[in-house]
Amino acid sequence: MTIQGRIIKISGPVIQAEGASGLEMHELAMVGEEELIGEVVRVEGDLATVQVYEDTVGLKPGEKVEGSGMPLAVELGPGLLQGIFDGIQRPLTVIREITGDYVKRGVKTAALSKEKKWHFVPTKKKGETVSGGAVIGRIQETPIFEHRILVPPNRSGVLEFVAKEGDYTIEDVIAMVSHEGTTHDLRMYHRWPVREPRPYVERLEPSEPLITGQRIIDMFFPVAKGGAVTIPGGFGTGKTITSHQLAAWSDSEIILYIGCGERGNEMTEVLLTFPEWKDPKSGRPLMERTVLIANTSNMPVAAREASIYTGVTIAEYFRDMGYNVAVMADSTSRWAEALREISGRLEEMPAEEGYPSYLASRIGEFYERAGRVRTLGGSYGSVSLIGAVSPGGGDFSEPVTVHTKRFVRAFWALDTTLASMRHYPAINWLTSYSEYTDYVEKWWNDHTEGRWRELRLRALDILKREDELKEVIRLIGPEALPESEKLLMETARLLREGFLQQNAYDPIDTYSSPEKQFKLLTTMLSFHNIASKAVSKGVTAAKIASLQSVTDMAKLRMSIPNDKASEIDLFLEKVSSDIDQLVEGKS
Amino acid sequence: MTISMEYRGVQKISGPLIFVEGVTNVGYNELVEVRGEEGGLRRGRVLEINRGIAAVEVFEGTTGLSTTGTSVKFQGKPLMVPLSTEMLGRVFNGLGEPADGGPTPFTEDYRDVNGLPMNPYARDYPTQFIQTGVSAIDGMDTLVRGQKLPIFSGSGLPHNLIATQVARQATIVGEEVSFAVVFVAMGIKHDEAAFFRRSFEESGALKNSALFLNLADDPPVERLVTPRSALTLAEYLAFEQDMHVLVILTDMTNYAEALREISAAREEVPSRKGYPGYLYSDFASIYERAGRIRGRKGSITQMPVLTMPNDDITHPIPDLTGYITEGQLVVDRDLHRRGIYPPINILPSLSRLMKDGIGKGKTREDHGPVASQLYSAYSRAQDLRALSTIIGEEGLTDKDRAYLRFGESFEQRFLNQRYDENRSLETTLDMAWSELSLLPESELTRIPDRFVKAYYKRA
Ligand SMILES: Nc1ncnc2c1ncn2[C@@H]1O[C@H](COP(=O)(O)OP(=O)(O)O)[C@@H](O)[C@H]1O
Ligand SMILES: [Mg+2]
Repeated sequence: MTIQGRIIKISGPVIQAEGASGLEMHELAMVGEEELIGEVVRVEGDLATVQVYEDTVGLKPGEKVEGSGMPLAVELGPGLLQGIFDGIQRPLTVIREITGDYVKRGVKTAALSKEKKWHFVPTKKKGETVSGGAVIGRIQETPIFEHRILVPPNRSGVLEFVAKEGDYTIEDVIAMVSHEGTTHDLRMYHRWPVREPRPYVERLEPSEPLITGQRIIDMFFPVAKGGAVTIPGGFGTGKTITSHQLAAWSDSEIILYIGCGERGNEMTEVLLTFPEWKDPKSGRPLMERTVLIANTSNMPVAAREASIYTGVTIAEYFRDMGYNVAVMADSTSRWAEALREISGRLEEMPAEEGYPSYLASRIGEFYERAGRVRTLGGSYGSVSLIGAVSPGGGDFSEPVTVHTKRFVRAFWALDTTLASMRHYPAINWLTSYSEYTDYVEKWWNDHTEGRWRELRLRALDILKREDELKEVIRLIGPEALPESEKLLMETARLLREGFLQQNAYDPIDTYSSPEKQFKLLTTMLSFHNIASKAVSKGVTAAKIASLQSVTDMAKLRMSIPNDKASEIDLFLEKVSSDIDQLVEGKS
Repeated sequence: MTISMEYRGVQKISGPLIFVEGVTNVGYNELVEVRGEEGGLRRGRVLEINRGIAAVEVFEGTTGLSTTGTSVKFQGKPLMVPLSTEMLGRVFNGLGEPADGGPTPFTEDYRDVNGLPMNPYARDYPTQFIQTGVSAIDGMDTLVRGQKLPIFSGSGLPHNLIATQVARQATIVGEEVSFAVVFVAMGIKHDEAAFFRRSFEESGALKNSALFLNLADDPPVERLVTPRSALTLAEYLAFEQDMHVLVILTDMTNYAEALREISAAREEVPSRKGYPGYLYSDFASIYERAGRIRGRKGSITQMPVLTMPNDDITHPIPDLTGYITEGQLVVDRDLHRRGIYPPINILPSLSRLMKDGIGKGKTREDHGPVASQLYSAYSRAQDLRALSTIIGEEGLTDKDRAYLRFGESFEQRFLNQRYDENRSLETTLDMAWSELSLLPESELTRIPDRFVKAYYKRA
């Protein structure tokens, strides 16, 4: 029986209906004669309050509100990759075909194509017993991605039927499973409610780094696969570009990019560049492993609230196939603001800055969906969450930043001063941190002659000393520093300009392989040792800094491609012999 | 035929809002006609409906309205504006009605002022360099066609001069078409509006401009409609009539204050500084109406102007604007005091779309690295300038002193230019190199060697 109420109140994206007893919390509802999509957010006697995912202009009291009997859910199956969806998983490509260049409301369209045929290869046979999460077949969805067809988490039993290899649509029955006398059809897709984390067997500690190719991140503030990170920063500091860089270069098998309440052009940029950029490993277009969710700042605000959950649920689905998935949410602040707006319309008691009192727990629940797990199917997969935060006035003491900090284990603080100098990525090396270093150290040691920890601590120490010396310079001027400290300032500058800075738009610099990162850092620190000896023999720091080979060292990041990283060693020899000459000139 | 019901049940009047009871069949955001006892027609729109009570914001304000003598008619549709190419060359009030005594333009189309969100999948990425002839902009924070690039200013600073200079000089190199200008005044003074008008007249742009004026003494609530009416016309001109439209919106601070007033009257929970939590989304519904669409010829480039209260860039108005727009040009009081025009402080300024509009085949291949090096050097020069006031120039190294000279020259020669000076991009970049040539070559770490070889100390 469908439950039908009548609208009595409309306030922006929130409506209230009477005669609606029986509607359930988080049930999907159809609002008004146009059947706009909404979700029940409060029930009280025969009143139900619904947040509407579409524009409510022109909606009238007295119009109907109808329950669907189902929660807000996403469709999970082949056809997700290379797609761009709105906050409730409607494909924007299809919406464009229906309503043109502008998004109009009331569009009813399935998330996944029901017509497209996929080549299904079964991996289980009739008579086998399967449980939820088991892989029963596969599809080569894109040249770089094998889509594993899963038994939905809540189904299990004996396979009564498995389709033979062939081309099927996602509506075709490809298996039947019977359990305690009832038989269920299995298709290549299933639905899952977005607000309910998908189940797994157990959570595991992180162990491998998510290699991002961004030097300051990988070397100094690494994130592990299955980790949770935040990128807070005022406008223009680099949240979006950093998120794009991770989406492009991180060594994940799947990328979910959620444009949450941000610019339309930024989604366009991803749509235009990702098909052109190539994955460093496979050489295939990045788009072939990417799913985009877009609720731009001018799209309905309630769908912004949902977009984060839509994205993370799709990510968990790919995790359950045994893949490493990375999710970028830009920006979680817009999601929090959507919560605030809805809460205000519900006339809830606000806590700080008008945000609802449950803000912290919602943020916590979201980041808890990150993790490395053993899946129901017995494989290993991970979801890494990277959430941008846009603090009002760039002030990190505001509620969203503060609460987010409690639930993530790496913090990449973007700095307005660095951004205004065009030092990118503007990640502040003094205030950022990562709690994943211990977890990823083993991987790095296996890949870098066991010196990762030592190198990064040494470099961080030089940068910290530079900051202290800057204070001294403010009092006595740079000329009054002893030569050894002048040299330290020069090395710090070299590290900043030649290592920490990384230009996302430079074809070589945009991605640094672990090997290149390691070699650059080794070279710069070895330079510092050699130069220190020269300084102790009377060579001035200024002389050393003005050597052409030293200037060139700052440009290696742009001049040496990843596949020629070994040439960096030759450079050290050149610098070393130039410094030797200076020493000889002295004696 | 639509029957518009007339109601007399005004229950409460609060600030710019009236609350009408006993209404049925009224839609959210619908247009409303309100008549007071004196009989004059006012207009408004429905902000909320709750159990038969409609909250209506009255664009002209509620002065003179009473609970007993007011009649209200709901129009059954949102506020629509008539559109036509004949609107160019004309002046309109804040609601889009002719205000120059001329006839009503022939209507070619009729649209809801609220517009619709552009499908991100339908957008085309802005990449065409607009030469403004202003070095600070072209060299450092390049504008491209379809971008939204605001001017963050302060009261008493020359943002109007900058905006009109850009409007007058903006061209696409190698293309004949000029921009159609849609000018939107929100709460600015009469003499400011007159300045814009005169400047469009003098440059001959007036016949290709449409002016929407809500001035300081016009009703504040009407300001909430003005940019929407104007942008509805801009969309029509750009995407139906293939024109390249430059929209100047001034002053967004007055707009935001009107929004705050409504929010306070509705007794909403405020977020920062009393502004409503939805200020971000509301701003976005204006700023995101800039851009290009795949398969259509025209474009909308926006240049909003706002005055930062107390010159504070962290104030919610510039802050939320900066989170939506594709960069910002920040006008600086100190540079202005020192007589530099345009006093654009490049350090907090940014053009996010610059990278796609410059470089080989678009401007010049050294453009990006040169701009990046100038930022870095100017920022260093600023630090050293502060340091030298404490410890004196003697305490600095030779290299540091070179930076100081660079900083001074960069401001006096590169940034500084006349209001009527229209520099070509070549000139701007050549001037940039002559500033960089004041620094030792080893300092140019952001510029690939081949450009250093080609341009350093060559100018
Ligand atoms: N790694 C980078 N390399 C080059 N430019 C960058 C980098 N990060 C940021 N930028 C510059 O900074 C601008 C703002 O970055 P963006 O990520 O859009 O900021 P936010 O999202 O924090 O507002 C970009 O348009 C770009 O010009
Ligand atoms: Mg951003």
